[in-house]
Parts: sequence; structure tokens; C-alpha cells
Amino acid sequence: MSILKVENIKKSFGNIEVLKDISFTLEKGEVLSIIGSSGSGKTTLLRCLNFLESAEQGKIFVDDDLLVDFATDSSQKDSQLRQKRLNFGLVFQSFNLFPQYSILKNLTLAVQLLEDVKKNNKEKLKEIDNRAIELLKRVGLEDKVNAYPCELSGGQQQRVAIARALMLSPKILCFDEPTSALDPELTGEVLRVIRELRDGDTTMIIVTHEMNFAKNVSDKVIFMADGIIEETGNPTDLFENPQSPRLKEFLSSSLKD
Amino acid sequence: MSFVQVSIELLEGFLQNCYLFGATLLFSLPLGLVISMGSMSKIKIIKFITKAFVWVIRGTPLMLQLFVVFYVPGLVFGTPMKSRMTAALIAFVINYAAYFSEIYRGGIESIPKGQYEAGQVLGMTKSQIFFKVVLMQVVKRIIPPMSNEIITLVKDTSLARVIAVSEILMQATDFTSKGIIWPLFYTALFFLAFCGILTLLFSYIEKKFDYYRS
Repeated sequence: MSILKVENIKKSFGNIEVLKDISFTLEKGEVLSIIGSSGSGKTTLLRCLNFLESAEQGKIFVDDDLLVDFATDSSQKDSQLRQKRLNFGLVFQSFNLFPQYSILKNLTLAVQLLEDVKKNNKEKLKEIDNRAIELLKRVGLEDKVNAYPCELSGGQQQRVAIARALMLSPKILCFDEPTSALDPELTGEVLRVIRELRDGDTTMIIVTHEMNFAKNVSDKVIFMADGIIEETGNPTDLFENPQSPRLKEFLSSSLKD
Repeated sequence: MSFVQVSIELLEGFLQNCYLFGATLLFSLPLGLVISMGSMSKIKIIKFITKAFVWVIRGTPLMLQLFVVFYVPGLVFGTPMKSRMTAALIAFVINYAAYFSEIYRGGIESIPKGQYEAGQVLGMTKSQIFFKVVLMQVVKRIIPPMSNEIITLVKDTSLARVIAVSEILMQATDFTSKGIIWPLFYTALFFLAFCGILTLLFSYIEKKFDYYRS
């Protein structure tokens, strides 16, 4: 049984076909890295999974149940959509923390709204706070509970964003180039957190430019080019023994620097 | 005419200005938000109508709008405006709502798309995203242009005299017609004091929002 099955996703922006026919599966606890040059469609794929873009065609199955058939469900109700997208969590390249709220509130806000917790339900609020603090500990930021996003470094903000995504216990956690907006010396702390999540059996999809990281952390790698999956396999095969000429070229140019 | 007597009469007039100011804000602030929603609507016809409305209101003098609101109901529909103050209030609310709507629109459109998307992937509804995530950031961004507009409103209220609302400048010109000219200049102090208080209030609010940067 696979936790995620993606079938024949197609997506265009105007006349440009960004995703031509994407299919893959992911098992529970697996980490999938998606690599490829800019414009290859990796981010769009991730955004389709999170319903930030709606594909024209294709199906997504979660736990073998059909979650969405884009061809027929194009006009979904907002409430249905919200339920479905909770299967996925998304960590953005630019963190997108809520600047006006404390770190704690950044984590708890969505849960409070989702579970419709009233202000006087002290017990439930406390429970949610505790869960948030627990997650902040996991990303090593329990001392920043009352800080505001602007007081944190980029790496710390991204770790908060990861904890925030985990608050809703998504089945699959997606990362959209989580370290691309960070200074090189800050990428390490974020990658370390992701690596720890992997050891904790979190199912993840990571769009990344960090080739070494993809190689070390993934169970499976997809190489995308021009909207198709050009090559896929386990990281050792893919990185050490690339088959397609485009992957060879991509690897040699991205490992050069 | 003693100084105290003049002061009392001018103050009576100024209370009219204050009333017009407060009531205009009360109605035009929410109305402006509604209009800004219209001007950002995905439905083309709504967008077109609101844009045209804002164009007409911003493109014609407020003084003219006061005349229109005061005289047109009587001339065209045979139901004259009973209260001059109500007519002034309607004209001011419409005029200021149009200006506020553009300030709101600027504020709302300046919020990065990522804030909406973060709310979406966290399962929030559209209205939750607007009220819990976006609105407070918008408020922080629009405080400076809003203060500007609101301070302009304080002084604009004296335009109501063109339809004979007995506001402070009207009172002062009454004195002038009796040959006493100094009360006219004295009115400046009332406006200055009022705007001074507002300025302090706005800088206090701005400081309140200083605890974070976006």
C-alpha cells in the first residue's frame, strides 16, 4: 500500500505545458527528492499536490483512496478542498511566517481555527500550546516561543515554518526549495532538522537544489526536465550511474561548483 | 464682543465640525473597505462599476458633491433634503469612502502572495486568512496614508458651510459681516489643536505596531 500515488498529472500555464504527464508513487516513511533545473516543473508539481495550483488532468490517491481527480473535480467547494489539502503540509522557500504573531501563535493559529477552539476553553488552548512547544523543541527553538519572526535568522524562521507545518500532522510533508533563500551557513541547521524528521519516519517530498543532501537523505529521487520525469530511481543509482544524457549534463553542471 | 463669547460661539460651530468628522469616519471607513473589495473583484462588471464610481468621486470637487447631494433630491425627485447636516454627511461619507478604498486597495495588494498561500496550506478559510492573517498587516501598512487623509478630513469639514451647515468658519464669517474680523483667524487654533491631538494619536498607534517588521 502506498501512501501517495500520483497519476498522469498535466498542467499548463496558457500555452506552455509545465507538467506533461507526471506519475509516481511514494511509500509511507519514504523521502522523495525532486531535482531538476529551474523551469522543469518541480515547484509546480509540489503546488499541485498542495492544491495551490489546480492541474487540468490527473489523479492523486492517498492511502489508496482517490483524493482528487483533477479532470472532474475542477470546481471543488472550498470546504472540500481544505479538508483534502490537510493531507499535505508545505514548507515554502520564503518561509511565509505570519510577521505579526509570536512564534507560538504562528504554530497554534491554524489549529485553533481548524478545531474552532473558543477563547475560554483554557484547557484545549493549553494542550495546543504544549504541542507547539514540543515541536519547537524538536526543531531546537523552544527558547524562541515568544519571539517574533523578524527577530529570527532565516534558518530559524525556516525551522519554525517546518514546526508550523507539522502542527497539523500532515501525512506527507512537502518542501519547496527550503534552503534556497538562506545564506550557505544557515542551510545546515535546516537540513539537519529535515534529516531528523526522516529518522522519525515522516513521509516527505523535497524539491531541492542541494544535490548532496538529496543524495544522502532520500530513498528515491526524481529528475525532472521540461515537465516530464526524465529519470527516477534510488539516489545511489541516479547520482552515480545516471542513464539519460540530460541528467548526466545536469549533474555535471550542478556538481561543478 | 468679548473673547469668551466669541470662543463659545466658535466652539459651538466647531462641535458641528467634530460631529461631521466623527460620523464621516464611522461610516466611510467600513464603506471604503467594501468599495476596495469591489475594485479588486474578479467579476469584471463589479470591478468596472466601482472603478468608475471612484473615478467620478475623486474626479469632481467635494464642494460640488455637497451641492449635488443637497439640491438634487429636491430638484429631481421632489423630496428636498430636510437636514443640511445629513446632506453634508452623505456627501462626505461617499467622498471619503472613495479615497479610503484606494488606500485599502494599496495596502491589501502589498501583502505578499505567500501570506495567503501559507494560510491556505494550513487549512484556513478565505475569510480566516483575510481577518486573521492579512488584515492586521494591512492596517500597519496603511496607518501613514490614512493619517494623512483623516487629517485632511478635519479641515475639509469646513466645506459644509457651502450648504449652510453652521460650522466654525460659517460662525466666524458671521462675525466678519458684523465688522469683527479677528474670530476668523482665531478659528485656526481650533483646527490646530484638533489635528495636534490626532497626530499624537496616530504616532501612538504607529508605535503600537512597531513590535514587528514584515
